[in-house]
Amino acid sequence: MQIIYSDVLVIGGGLAGLRAAVGTRRRGHEVIILSLVPPKRSHSAAAQGGMQASLGHGAKGAGDNEDVHFEDTVRGSDWGCDQEVARLFVHTAPQAVRELAAWGVPWNRIQAGPREVVVDGRRVRINEPDDAHGMIAARDFGGTKKWRTCYVSDGTGHAMLYAMSDQAVAASIPVHERMEALALIHENGRCHGAVVRNLVSGELSAYLARATCIATGGFGRIYQISSNAVINEGIGAAIALETGLVSLGNMEAVQFHPTTIFPAGILVTEGCRGDGGLLRDAAGHRFMPDYEPEKKELASRDVVSRRMTQHMRAGHGVKTRFGDHLWLDITLLGAAHIDAKLREVKEICQHFLGIDPARDFIPVRPAQHYSMGGIRTDAHGHARGLRGLFACGEAACWDLHGFNRLGGNSVAETVVAGMIVGETMADFVESGEGDLQVSTAVVREALAQEEAHLAGLVEGRGEEDASALMAAMQTIMTEKVAIFRRGDLLESAVEELRSLLIRSRQISLRTRRHAGNPELVTAYRVQKMLKLALCVAYGALERTESRGAHYREDFPRRDDAQWLKRTLATWPRADDTLPTLSYEALDVSRMELPPGWRGYGARDAIDHPDTSARVAEVAALRDRLAGVDRHAIQSALMPFSHLVPPPFRGRNARLGDQP
Amino acid sequence: MTANATPRRLELRILRGTPMAPSPPQFESYFVEEAEGMTLFLALNEIRSQQAPSLQFDFVCRAGICGSCGMVIDGRPGLACRTLTRDHGSVITLAPLPVFEWLGDLSVNTGKWMRGMAERLETWIHTTGDPDRLSLEAPMEPAEAEAIYELDRCIECGCCVAGCGTARMREDFVGAIGLNKIARFRLDPRDERSDEDFFALIGDDDGVFGCMTLLGCHDVCPKGLPLQTQIAFLRRKMAAQALK
Repeated sequence: MQIIYSDVLVIGGGLAGLRAAVGTRRRGHEVIILSLVPPKRSHSAAAQGGMQASLGHGAKGAGDNEDVHFEDTVRGSDWGCDQEVARLFVHTAPQAVRELAAWGVPWNRIQAGPREVVVDGRRVRINEPDDAHGMIAARDFGGTKKWRTCYVSDGTGHAMLYAMSDQAVAASIPVHERMEALALIHENGRCHGAVVRNLVSGELSAYLARATCIATGGFGRIYQISSNAVINEGIGAAIALETGLVSLGNMEAVQFHPTTIFPAGILVTEGCRGDGGLLRDAAGHRFMPDYEPEKKELASRDVVSRRMTQHMRAGHGVKTRFGDHLWLDITLLGAAHIDAKLREVKEICQHFLGIDPARDFIPVRPAQHYSMGGIRTDAHGHARGLRGLFACGEAACWDLHGFNRLGGNSVAETVVAGMIVGETMADFVESGEGDLQVSTAVVREALAQEEAHLAGLVEGRGEEDASALMAAMQTIMTEKVAIFRRGDLLESAVEELRSLLIRSRQISLRTRRHAGNPELVTAYRVQKMLKLALCVAYGALERTESRGAHYREDFPRRDDAQWLKRTLATWPRADDTLPTLSYEALDVSRMELPPGWRGYGARDAIDHPDTSARVAEVAALRDRLAGVDRHAIQSALMPFSHLVPPPFRGRNARLGDQP
Repeated sequence: MTANATPRRLELRILRGTPMAPSPPQFESYFVEEAEGMTLFLALNEIRSQQAPSLQFDFVCRAGICGSCGMVIDGRPGLACRTLTRDHGSVITLAPLPVFEWLGDLSVNTGKWMRGMAERLETWIHTTGDPDRLSLEAPMEPAEAEAIYELDRCIECGCCVAGCGTARMREDFVGAIGLNKIARFRLDPRDERSDEDFFALIGDDDGVFGCMTLLGCHDVCPKGLPLQTQIAFLRRKMAAQALK
């Protein structure tokens, strides 16, 4: 058997995995990255609009800091997030932007002096201060109080991914491309690496490592209509689930992005609305102010997607034979702005729709976009239930986003989490626990199990077609586990998915070979993806409230009294047909920002019994510390500095800081 | 195509085969009914799911930004995902990109080639020391940042290499992509390398002096990168460096 050894194994070559690898390599450890595709093709490249970090430069960023970013993130999450993680994140995000600047990301920069911008449908003139000239610029995004989203035109993820990937090359980190981890190797609660399949030759090998990190991104492709890349099938999360030990957190929290082009589902950035673009209906009417008078088009994504769907249901959509859509109008931004700041959007419109967005409205509808849920880890990125396993980025649920992620917070999270988890893994490898003590028998058995499984598929004589099962699953998810959810629909979704899962054990292939066989890949992936789909659908069925992106028409209110808790899904036995759900309560008495109204969306939450006491406590503390430095107040409310790895401690500089 | 017109029946002639197979690759035809807004991404996936489950091709983003799906489409390198069938005749011929290691059918190993190029040309910012993360970033002129991004938009799809006469003849030629990378880092004030350093990387016939100015690269670049001007500019700078 072929065994490949390294100190650290990173599964996934997107931004999170690359940054985690670079961090551990810099600490002197050997790292191997596995990637389905060349790393620069990862889905991180598709992040268009930008990354949030409270640099606070410029006229519209002035006054921004970690506190404001923190509150926006918690409100965005509908209080579902881990507030300590949110603090750790907002503290580290400015450092991530500045690190990337040093590594070559050509962030857009501020030009001092007057300029015209579009705000709320009107052209207004703002004046950029002289001291901000040449500093990193930021644009507006939904659910934020400040213009905080740092960007590189609308190719932000691309520029970040290329800089990061080149750092991995500079650090001589090997990336084993077209390799897929099929199972984790573990024994007695300790992860030892993974069984890995070469997608070209079909060969299996064992990768052993003292620390293993899953950074495989989201699982949007369990849906039929998704902005996700075709590789975002969630196999990393699935192999963690299949250990039976690791739980997936909040899998029912699935984000739908308001603006994907119709009907292809390709993303056009939130930056379109951040820069002043409007949503219009079939009559050309700008409808969002009718529903959301305060934030309008720039409420959080869950709210905007819901309002759009509601408006189409009320008959105001543009009707086509492929279904309904609405219009995104960026004509008011002007050709010069679009050519400079929204050029990918322009290319997408030209190539896929044959339109010029400087003159024509863009047909859009909401589509699956982001997986808030994922491998449940602690605030350091260490997976619960399996020592030596780590996760970061969209694959993980540490849990920064709760039930709704703010635009610009995910591409920021990839790098920040990579920074944190890189340090965590280096610490782990250097600790007494970090040594690898694995029997070759365990490795042999893990390999043999996967070999037998694949041989069973290749030689199988069942009668099920893998791509038909995949399509059926995707249809169920898009039709029944979508933006508006209902008990009866979810129940039937769960039943249908269970039946698909059982049928997926009887797949027969038309191409009976191991090497270069895409049908075999579809077959083993759909078996795993169905488990993820069941975690989503069953979690959604059981959660009888509405929170963030999880909206139940039969339970429309956020219910903190019953549901201020995180869903944990495990899969204890291989032949189970449903995940086992348990719940992890969020502790209101420790929250820096106790539950309340988000500032947009509905205002009808059912309070948690501890909320009023915590609100009073926080208010009293703020009164007592009035006039004291904001860092000291924050620290008194909810200390988090113990979570910050030493290299990232200290205070982020801003223009105008007192020396 | 209007809603009432009879949809076209498309014939996709696809070069099929694998490096291990005993028989040489050959074209096989598949037929699909054209749908409104159909791209080669949709057509190829339909063929794979219904007719040819073993058909190999590479798509990732299917939105024209990741560079995975470069192939030769009716004789010209391009991105399959954003190629609309309506812009082509009813017979569309597809072949894998030349130059790159062939993996099977329409799939080629661009990743290996790109990694080799990145290592050889050291396509990262060369600075000394660890980034200072807590301090204010160094300011940069807005126009300078935009000029760097203009060259940074390359998606490493390999179309320029496949469309390059020199790359077909000279295995180690860095291609327009490599030269564009050097132009990008040369432009970046954060990179401390000098023209002498860059000359050491591309000052020969495998670099900027190998280009025969056929400029197929410029014509086929899906991102519309200014390859022609960058190569000409770089050649002048490197020639000046050679005379020093």
